[in-house]
Amino acid sequence: MTLLSVETLTARHGLLTALRDVSLSVEAGEVLCLIGANGAGKSTLLRCIAGAHHAATGTVRLHGRDMTALSAFARVRTGIALAPEGRRLFPDMTLRENLMLAAENGRRGDWTLTRVLDAFDALKPLLDQPAGGFSGGQRQAAAIGRALMANPDLLLLDEVSLGLSPAAVEGVYASLAQVRGGGKMGMIVVEQDLTRALSFADRVICLSEGEAVLEGRPADLTRAAITRAYFGLSQGEVTHV
Amino acid sequence: MSESLLNALVQGVLLGGYYAIVAAGLSLMFGVVRFINLAHGDLLVLGAMLALIAVEALGWPVWLAVATVIPLMAALGWALQRLMFERALAAGPLLPILVTLGLGATLQNGMFGLFGSNTRSLGAHIGDLSWSGWSLPGGLRVGTLPVLTFTLAIAVLGLMHLMLRRTPLGRAIRATAQDPGAAELSGVDARRVHRAAAAIAFALAALGGVLLAMRAQVTPFAGPPQLIFAFEAVVIGGIGSLWGTLIGGIVLGLAQTLGGTISAQVSLLAGHLVLLAVLGWRVLRDEAAARGGWIALMRVKGPSHD
Repeated sequence: MTLLSVETLTARHGLLTALRDVSLSVEAGEVLCLIGANGAGKSTLLRCIAGAHHAATGTVRLHGRDMTALSAFARVRTGIALAPEGRRLFPDMTLRENLMLAAENGRRGDWTLTRVLDAFDALKPLLDQPAGGFSGGQRQAAAIGRALMANPDLLLLDEVSLGLSPAAVEGVYASLAQVRGGGKMGMIVVEQDLTRALSFADRVICLSEGEAVLEGRPADLTRAAITRAYFGLSQGEVTHV
Repeated sequence: MSESLLNALVQGVLLGGYYAIVAAGLSLMFGVVRFINLAHGDLLVLGAMLALIAVEALGWPVWLAVATVIPLMAALGWALQRLMFERALAAGPLLPILVTLGLGATLQNGMFGLFGSNTRSLGAHIGDLSWSGWSLPGGLRVGTLPVLTFTLAIAVLGLMHLMLRRTPLGRAIRATAQDPGAAELSGVDARRVHRAAAAIAFALAALGGVLLAMRAQVTPFAGPPQLIFAFEAVVIGGIGSLWGTLIGGIVLGLAQTLGGTISAQVSLLAGHLVLLAVLGWRVLRDEAAARGGWIALMRVKGPSHD
């Protein structure tokens, strides 16, 4: 059965329609990368799936079960975890407490403190330090680790490399490669870095002005097609890039 | 002279324990739920009145009354958070103030209607606890009840500290206080956490009420001054800091007892003046920090017109 299916999702920020009739699905073990320009609706889509933003219309199903009416914390308990934009760690709590919180309020499963620390080596020495003092890469690793501690079937990662140094991006993706090696968990990753997205994803969806304008496997997509979709150009405007 | 001063110092510190208990509940509601409960003092009196009914009308022993009233008030806190405060919070920042102001007025007049305006006290029901004490060298005399109150305050704050640091509920409370949205994304039901915080706050108010009724007289309209004292302790000690609340309570208690050595009227005034002084100092401190230090602040002159 399909892990996640989103059907004709429309979401608004006040009068602005951020997502228009977006449909997508994710299989177990699959990595889907969302690409698109700023304001294309990528973060809003993740937040709608996680229940942090209320969709105006449309449905979100996990394992075929309708999640649309559930609030964010209830979705965590059924298997959706989001590492949000801005990381949003609890600055006055230690890393250990940040991770324990998700373990205590999420689901039980394979992802334990030990396993998260094995996947994110850099976090080991920080365990008992307050998260408020972490660097960008450490905060991202901690946020992903916290989402994993809830043992999701579907992991949502927003803006993985935004604001990180190249070395930190490298580190986070090395850890993520290990995380996806696990198998059953599906992932949706928002990634600004196109090259990174194409090399990491099983499938890519490009959003433009709130609509899914391009979908495919990285191997099947040309750079030209992606560029067109990215900048919202119609087929006729750019024929050869 | 120095003897009465020393006595005032000791009594002030001990009184601070009582204020800390009352203030801790107010601080918890504000820090975690972002809810200013103006009925906190009236709920404290409600706790005292319920204990008084249990003891005077039903003939219960005091310990049983206290042991019943505190969980009862906690349940009331849970229910009011769920049925009333949550909705008030959802409707903007002004509504909680109006709602709790109304709740306070309702409680005051409801208790007045039911129990009349007579002053009541548990003092007559706690045996020699209300007057016994220890004589210390130097002419110092400390009462058993104030010492018990202070010890209780340390124990309550210590337990709350442990609860916040060591238990899943405590972690959920701290996370929700820092970022409710992120807490929900970690699976925390923020509304349940808020209800738990309200339950703890109401239990602390009830404990404060019982302690007040043991050492003093209580009337249905005794709540608002207690609310003001609690606010002062919270603000002096720093909002959201548990042990700061104890410091704030002690500072307030000291100001009141030291003021009381001058005259009975100065007692309350001294507490308010300390609050103003602390607020004034904080404003100046921030201003000095913004300008690059105290010396720079002193040098600042008004705008020149030349």
